[in-house]
Amino acid sequence: MKNICLLFQVNHPFQLRSYRFFDIGHDHYYYDDFSNKSNMLKIAKRCYLPMNDILLSLIKTYKGMFKVNFSISGSAIEHFEMYAPEIIESFKLLAKTGAVEFTAETYAHSLVSVKSPEEFKTQVEKHANKIKELFGKKPKVFSNSELIYSDYIGEQVYNMGFEGIIAEGAKQVLGWKSPNFVYCNANNPRLKVILRNYKLSDDISLRFSNQSWSEWPLTASKFRTWIQSIPENEEVLNLIMDYKTFGEYHKIHTGIFDFFKAFVTEILSQTKIEFATPSEIISKFQPVSVLSVPNITSWSDEERDLSSWLGNNLQREAFDNLYSLLDQVRLCNDESIIKDWYKLQATNNFQYMSTKYFSAGNTIQNNPYPTPYEAFINYMNVIADFAERVKKCPKSNELQNMSAEQIDEEIEKASQMLKQLMDLKSKSKKTKKNK
Amino acid sequence: MFGWEFPPHISGGLGTACYGLTKAMAKQNLEIIFVVPRAWGDEDQSTMQLVGANNIRVRVNRYQFSESDVANSTDLQYVEIGANLIPYVTIEEYYDIVNNKVTVKKQLKKHVKTKELDTISFVGGYGESLLHEVSNYAFIAGEIAKKYDFDIIHAHDWLTYDAGIAAKHVSGKPLVIHVHATEFDRSGMHVNQYVYDIERRGMHMADEVITVSNLTRSTVLNHYGVPEHKVTTVYNGVDSVQNEKEKFFEKHIDDKIVTFLGRITYQKGPEYFLEAAAKVLQRKSNVKFVMAGSGDMLEKMMWRAAELGISKNFYFTGFLRGDDVIHMLSISDVYVMPSVSEPFGISPLEAMRSNVPVIISKQSGVSEVLQHAIKIDFWDVDSMADAIYGIISYDGLRDMFSSHAKAEVETIKWDTAAAKIKDIYTKTLSK
Repeated sequence: MKNICLLFQVNHPFQLRSYRFFDIGHDHYYYDDFSNKSNMLKIAKRCYLPMNDILLSLIKTYKGMFKVNFSISGSAIEHFEMYAPEIIESFKLLAKTGAVEFTAETYAHSLVSVKSPEEFKTQVEKHANKIKELFGKKPKVFSNSELIYSDYIGEQVYNMGFEGIIAEGAKQVLGWKSPNFVYCNANNPRLKVILRNYKLSDDISLRFSNQSWSEWPLTASKFRTWIQSIPENEEVLNLIMDYKTFGEYHKIHTGIFDFFKAFVTEILSQTKIEFATPSEIISKFQPVSVLSVPNITSWSDEERDLSSWLGNNLQREAFDNLYSLLDQVRLCNDESIIKDWYKLQATNNFQYMSTKYFSAGNTIQNNPYPTPYEAFINYMNVIADFAERVKKCPKSNELQNMSAEQIDEEIEKASQMLKQLMDLKSKSKKTKKNK
Repeated sequence: MFGWEFPPHISGGLGTACYGLTKAMAKQNLEIIFVVPRAWGDEDQSTMQLVGANNIRVRVNRYQFSESDVANSTDLQYVEIGANLIPYVTIEEYYDIVNNKVTVKKQLKKHVKTKELDTISFVGGYGESLLHEVSNYAFIAGEIAKKYDFDIIHAHDWLTYDAGIAAKHVSGKPLVIHVHATEFDRSGMHVNQYVYDIERRGMHMADEVITVSNLTRSTVLNHYGVPEHKVTTVYNGVDSVQNEKEKFFEKHIDDKIVTFLGRITYQKGPEYFLEAAAKVLQRKSNVKFVMAGSGDMLEKMMWRAAELGISKNFYFTGFLRGDDVIHMLSISDVYVMPSVSEPFGISPLEAMRSNVPVIISKQSGVSEVLQHAIKIDFWDVDSMADAIYGIISYDGLRDMFSSHAKAEVETIKWDTAAAKIKDIYTKTLSK
């Protein structure tokens, strides 16, 4: 019996506005609301809403035989809440069917797992809580942002209470081994590792509408025969892709939606294949061996490492600059600082600075910057302002050491703020009454 | 090849461009006769034969260029001459204009003539009698076409288009027009009709038109109505580093230096540079801005700098030549080319060769070939200021530029241009 685990990564990063150096110090708003909103609404219409509908009707048609899974980043959820709350509702409907599992990741869709264990844990917990709040269940399986994985990261994830983790089935770690088994972590064998089959996943997510691909057009029955040609004993197949594959990367006219529906029908008409959730897979299968991954892997590009985000000096400098603030930010209680802190960590900020694409000729989705240099300058301007704010923000450890006068000052500040808010409230009540 | 200027007697970038191009063309086994109005004798002639129009003997001193003279002359097959002596634009506006005619020849004959002939003197450069010289130059082109043996005529920019046409009439050989700039680049929308007419005539008489960028190509197609199939883009190149010349100069101050280098005229957008400088200086005081060059807007710029109160950090150097240019570039931290209209623009490449990060306007031909440069709209002073600030504030950028930009410049070669031009010749000759 083959088990197909479908996992869709839903991420929707915040675009920074063009933030000039003369904004540093007096304008603390960093985001391009117009493009964030219009992008969100565009993709909601092309991908999230229609695809969610299709998934829901498939689940209903096949009465629990069809299962699908999501990893939704915190920034995607924030986008939905701000601009398209109906998407949250439609995900909730999916969650209610019981045929959908949500996995955990870092809230900020960040690279924090390679930087700081404490902050990593904070972000994972924040994300898990958010998922529980929205969809009712705490995730059991972890799928890191961009599928970033190493033995050390896996070990930390186990200590956070996860039983399984999803990683890229990268050639450099697998060698002759097949991704279609369950493995276990090298540092802590109790953590089960399941791997993305990048060949079959990319056949859909990268190549589906590529007319120069020798297998074009990809039909559902062709894809089913590929799955059936996998040796009998390889019982797990993880198809993991960006959710935007459906309707955005491959537009509706390419037939991607019809392909998907036909694919589900094809699979469920077979007796030896079924759909599964990640937690079913880790409870059903025992690891065949230890998978040793000393160096970090990810699902990005041919290299399947960190080079998309930390491949050149610009990216590393920006990254180091950001995380040099880490200790200070962790002591801040200011809600607005924490919010910005998450948004600034998002992987796309670093991807825009990549120079890989100059030679490769492919482009980054939705990249607002003409060159990596501009991406870097803009980001560094924002970080410069953010660093100032972090510096000025009262730190929790400093609060404890405050003198009586300082405390009085803080109380004064806070009570003024409170008074303003109260005034505002009473005013709004009055105006309502007047109406 | 007929040119208006040739190194070392140049006043702008196009003399350099012709020099680089002819050197690379010699490598392609093309033999070149390079004609300039005035040969000084100290030009590098290792790769071509340089001919000064001032040394060509013609039966000309008896004619006063009246139309009837030309019409009656049996020796001279000559196109219309405008005897307009009025200087209609300033000298600076012509700095970039170089006119060259190229003749690719198989055999070079000596040009000894009899006593009864005389030469016409040329001042060269871009003086008051420019239009008169343009006419004379075209006149002599006819003579040259008779004397030398060649396969194709190559004329650079409007000053030599008439000469190209004359040579074509005399010899019947095909004419290639090389457009380094158009009247629209030089004068914006205030086009001089006389020059425009010469340009248009040249392009239409030509068998092939070469433009230095797609930007210029679209100007040629849209404003001159030249059929599309005749116009090909051949990007300029840059000489690879010459060891003896590429000296590195020590920088003696800690302040960052941001440089504008070029004619201070409308076309080059100096005012945008100045305004951006003022914005940067509001936040950073340890920056020095340098505006190197001269031009009709120089005074205006100095007044404006004083008005903005930034003269303390804003320097005017006047026109720089030779080593001074290299010196200026090698101590710069940022090079800005905010041109309003720049058919190609070699100077950013020279800056990149000296490891200087460059900011260029999207309205320049060179932005079509460069990846490792920051590209802005010339009018977008905020973006320009931001890019300048970014480069001088964040060290990572400098590292990136030094690792990529220089390598990129090495790929933009005159050899590529020469090979492409050879293809165009072959295509034209096989017609």
